[in-house]
Amino acid sequence: MIVTQTQFRQSLLDPAQAAPAGLTNPDGAQASKRFDVYRNNVAVSLADALESAFPVLRKLVGDEFFRAMAGVYLRKHPPTSPLMMFYGEKMPQFLQRFEPAKSLPYLPDIARLELALRQAYHAADAAPIDGQSLAALSPDRLMATKFKFAPSTQVISADFPIFGIYLANTAAQAPRPEMRAEALLITRPSFDPQQHLLTDAAAACISALMDGNSLGVAMSSAGNDLDLGATLGLLLGQGAITTLT
Amino acid sequence: MLDATSDNRLPNRVGVGYKPQHYMDIIQGTGPLGWLEIHAENYMGAGGRPIAQLRQLAEKFPISVHGVGLSIGAEGALDRDHLARLKHLCDWLDPASFSEHLAWSTHDSHFLNDLLPLPYTQRTLARVADHIDQVQEVIGRKMLLENPSSYLAFAESDMEETAFLAELAARTGCGLLLDVNNVFVSATNLKTSPQAYIDAFPLHAVGEMHLGGHDEDADETGAPLLIDSHGKAVVDPVWALLDYTLAKSGPKPLLIEWDNDVPAWPVLADELTRADGALALA
Repeated sequence: MIVTQTQFRQSLLDPAQAAPAGLTNPDGAQASKRFDVYRNNVAVSLADALESAFPVLRKLVGDEFFRAMAGVYLRKHPPTSPLMMFYGEKMPQFLQRFEPAKSLPYLPDIARLELALRQAYHAADAAPIDGQSLAALSPDRLMATKFKFAPSTQVISADFPIFGIYLANTAAQAPRPEMRAEALLITRPSFDPQQHLLTDAAAACISALMDGNSLGVAMSSAGNDLDLGATLGLLLGQGAITTLT
Repeated sequence: MLDATSDNRLPNRVGVGYKPQHYMDIIQGTGPLGWLEIHAENYMGAGGRPIAQLRQLAEKFPISVHGVGLSIGAEGALDRDHLARLKHLCDWLDPASFSEHLAWSTHDSHFLNDLLPLPYTQRTLARVADHIDQVQEVIGRKMLLENPSSYLAFAESDMEETAFLAELAARTGCGLLLDVNNVFVSATNLKTSPQAYIDAFPLHAVGEMHLGGHDEDADETGAPLLIDSHGKAVVDPVWALLDYTLAKSGPKPLLIEWDNDVPAWPVLADELTRADGALALA
């Protein structure tokens, strides 16, 4: 009696199925609880991986809800790579369609933020430029300049106050989040990802720069509300710019 | 006959499975700790703190890279992307040893994050040997292969695990990683003798030993069912089995593994001291 890995895996992920015939206890009887050890290892280890990936999501929905949701997620989206530090990449899309979470419409955006923070944590190291090299440029040259960014740098825009919600669930005495759209910049000046709340204009400017536009073009897409000094100061101070071209 | 020794430069001392929360204790520490083991997959990000810490640790300690996701026992082909990541890690780190498991975890490109069992037959032997050949060719070094913890048996198996591992080592030139706790767990679960397993094991091929804790449960018939949880101290019968093994094998690089419910450093340091005492008597 040959047990294929296809049969083994199908039974692993479906608790309603019996263990495949051909797996035995030491007395030769069909294995049952012994097969459940593997079932349990798979489900628990994947749910644990999701818990460590989405601590704020877990806090928002509570442990019990999170574990149940993780059980659905891991069967719908088993990992496709052994790199567990990146597992959960489909969580935002999953949450959008996960009926029991419909009453908390900001969950997909929080998942997106937590994925971005983890991506930033593991992103390649990159040496930033020094602020002087930007200050040395003539105004015309400055407007024509394009920037390259450290791989950890990301802009996240959401219809919900993701920065406020994240803060309220991770920091003591954080203010109550205000209901509004928020955009934020993620940077990693050394080893720990940082979040910075952006104005709409700063978000538009940085996004345009990250798309490869010159500073002049990025400024016009940002409009008159842009505080250029503050925006460039933030990027330089966070070590987010690695090359000028 | 075995050339895995030239690619295995771990000292015959005690090592520990590295956890980032112990970074300062390990960097500043004294005591018997002679080397560190890392899980390869945790160091496959592009940069940041994990890689920076690993570079620091590698300046102070020999590093053993222990893969947990290669799925060498899979029916299907090995994941070439993952092999390339392993090669990259081994290339820049130049670890003192690389090891993986006699198990599978990936099927149809789904990774199940557990070390799943395979039957021991001529058919599976040929497949695993091919996979080991491929790994050794890609990473350019001999590897160590670890014996699994078994919870059940396959009706189709027609070889002993010890003979299966001995034949793999002979065919591929790989070394073996003998997990003494796994021997105890499997023997208890399958109602065989752990000493008989050690007696039959090709100890000349062993390049490293593991020790860890397990949980105790029972199956539906009430028979003991031990679970390789790596979340507790090593139990006395496993220490005794280690002594039995070391008396036959002589000293080997010896690792304490504690992956879940990871304790504060002094608890691990006590385990290392006890392991160091066992090595000193070998």
